[in-house]
Amino acid sequence: MSAVTEKSITIALAGNPNSGKTTVFNNLTGTRQKVGNWPGVTVEKKEGTIRGFGHELVIVDLPGTYSLTPYSIEEIVARDFVLNESPDVVVDIIDASNLERSLYLAVQLREINCKVVFVLNMADLARRRGIKIDAQKLSELLDVPVVFTVGNKKEGMENLLKTAVELAESETPIVVNRRVRYSADIEDAIGKLQAEIQEHTTAAFPYHARWTAIKLLENDEVIRERVLEKLENGSRRILDTAERLRKQLTDQFNDEPEILLTDERFGFIAGIVKEVLTTTTQQRVDISRNIDLVLTNRFFGFPIFILFIWAMFQLTFTVGDYPKAWIESGVGLLSASLNAALSDSLFKELLLDGIIAGVGSVVVFLPNILLLFFCIALFEDTGYMARAAFLMDRVMHLIGLHGKSFIPMLMGFGCSVPAIMASRTLESEKDRILTILITPFMSCSARLPIYIVLAGTFFAAKAGTVIFSIYLLGIVMAVVSGRLFRSTLLRGQDAPFVMELPPYRIPMLKSLMIHMWDRGKMFLKKMGGVILVGSIVVWSLSAFPRNIEYSRDYDGQIHSISDYFEREIVAADPQRQKELAANLEAELSVLLAAKKAEIAEKSYMGRIGKGIEPVFAPIGIDWRGSIALMTGFVAKEIVVSTLGILYAVESRSAEALQHALKNSGMTVLSALSMMVFVLLYLPCLATVTTIRKETNSFKWTAFSIAYSTGIAWLAAFFVYQGGLLLGLG
Amino acid sequence: MELTLSGMREGSRARIVHVGSTGALRRRLLEMGLQKGTEIYVEKYAPLKDPVELIVKGYHISLRVEEAHHITVELIE
Repeated sequence: MSAVTEKSITIALAGNPNSGKTTVFNNLTGTRQKVGNWPGVTVEKKEGTIRGFGHELVIVDLPGTYSLTPYSIEEIVARDFVLNESPDVVVDIIDASNLERSLYLAVQLREINCKVVFVLNMADLARRRGIKIDAQKLSELLDVPVVFTVGNKKEGMENLLKTAVELAESETPIVVNRRVRYSADIEDAIGKLQAEIQEHTTAAFPYHARWTAIKLLENDEVIRERVLEKLENGSRRILDTAERLRKQLTDQFNDEPEILLTDERFGFIAGIVKEVLTTTTQQRVDISRNIDLVLTNRFFGFPIFILFIWAMFQLTFTVGDYPKAWIESGVGLLSASLNAALSDSLFKELLLDGIIAGVGSVVVFLPNILLLFFCIALFEDTGYMARAAFLMDRVMHLIGLHGKSFIPMLMGFGCSVPAIMASRTLESEKDRILTILITPFMSCSARLPIYIVLAGTFFAAKAGTVIFSIYLLGIVMAVVSGRLFRSTLLRGQDAPFVMELPPYRIPMLKSLMIHMWDRGKMFLKKMGGVILVGSIVVWSLSAFPRNIEYSRDYDGQIHSISDYFEREIVAADPQRQKELAANLEAELSVLLAAKKAEIAEKSYMGRIGKGIEPVFAPIGIDWRGSIALMTGFVAKEIVVSTLGILYAVESRSAEALQHALKNSGMTVLSALSMMVFVLLYLPCLATVTTIRKETNSFKWTAFSIAYSTGIAWLAAFFVYQGGLLLGLG
Repeated sequence: MELTLSGMREGSRARIVHVGSTGALRRRLLEMGLQKGTEIYVEKYAPLKDPVELIVKGYHISLRVEEAHHITVELIE
């Protein structure tokens, strides 16, 4: 083979969810995968390029769907790819144990003008369940090549590719017969509409006339629009005819044509199944059913679910904290060695306080993310995720959400970043956006240090109860917001819940690893850029302007104090020397802290803080609090350290800050108000970036920021002003 | 005896008489293989009584009770 004749062949993988499509895709492409989004939507697109049979083979994993109707975004994406991108071959992965249902998608693919290969996957499993499929017959009946694979044993992959490539290269036209034949009345209507379309069609109209006719009879919105768009002149006539025929069929059969056609397709499928499928054993032993006797049991179902979730939480955030600590100390080490190696300069400050501190504070989440996604992949690949949704749906439906939303929301208590990434497991885009919008209200672990300092300072013995109430408030806000969005912004028909409970399967380590690594890579790559820029911006705001007019001559004072003590030390006896050295240390740290506080106060950040003080005044937060909250945008933990700097706390201990807070004029009420605000206000930079990435929309990201901050202010306002009214100030 | 699917007990068997509702839900129900004449078996209700798990044509699917309410069935003894 020479490079000249080498042609790129696109192979699209279609199939039902749980058909083993992803496993086949992983087997074919290995680690050479590119994960991204389909343009304009948040549906994940996986693509891998390999070489084989003298070609470059581009394998595209279409979203798993049961059908190709334009009811869900996944179905539209899959269908549009087949229709508009015209892949050389579409490979339909069929779960051999579920032939009848799988064939529904298969015959729809067969109706589109494209080259199709059927893959009977997991036929060994089906055989053990007493199901035998006559592939030869199936191939003849529908006139498609049929191959067998066993995805989890990597069997049949070569054959699959070979068949696909052969079909792509074959010149034979796509056979139009051997497709679904509808009943006489419907065929008649299709024929009439087809003739009308053929009369008006132009070269610009890409779809096959018969297929278009069927879709128009089914009242397919997407195809209607395409017809209007591409066939300006004839479109009115075509659509009028379609409307007339639809009405005629509806009157005649007393049901909508789309239902009639679905029924007839299944009738056609039933005929095929009867010919190719033999079921031998009737009373088979079903391991999955037995597992479910326990896992979705009325009494044990929830305790076991809670146990699993607890284990996942522990693994993610407790076990994950060890590698997290290693990375933290690695970052610390890097920072320290650079500090020693570089001479003082603006660049050094930028590198250490801006870039390393900012990016470092986000990179540390990598272990948590990898572990969480390992668990989620485990749940998904074993089939437990569907059971979790089955158990939790009743509860989540109260907020207008799907049972699967439970996991992202729960993970939100750990960290919003992986939690929001976990919303990918939701199939409906609306559910996903809703979950993403309310997940940040689940109080993440980074906010806890702030509560501990504030509640510890002002509520002493009652601190635990107060912090618990704050967490509870977050949940309540999430529920209320969820219901609100569901009935306003994200209204519309709930996506049907109708969900398959796939048989339990033993997960493949390779697949778990690929899934985990995909997420990790995405996190590192996509976060890296934005976090880097964000950290630099925030650092610049707090490091500039450089030429501050200090209220005191710090450097001079430091100098004179140092001089004074040095003279004393030289003169003193050894015992006294130590004392003096300690005194010097203490005085210097007081001065340095005061200097730092003044730098922070007079930086751009400080000016902004003072500028927006009037906004925070009604909720009882002064300019120091305002600045601290703003720096919290980089990472929530920073709020505490910023407060430390602004109150010129000379030591890093929590007691020192508590003492300073108490003396600062902050009251119990303003502390409570600040906690409420911290709970609800805009998520940190990493989370905002994740929201942007996962919603794939600036609009939703901006909305999330505005909504959460607005709600935070309102809630804090009610707490503070309400408290004042009640005389609690 | 005709009743809605949501009224069926665990472990009972029935044949679908009619799939009601409209739009995406109805289409989805049909596409998942719940047609007139299909035999269904109620495997179990979730611990909170909603959703319900069915066995249809050899596979397991779950529906919310409100969705199951749209399906009319006739019990098979």
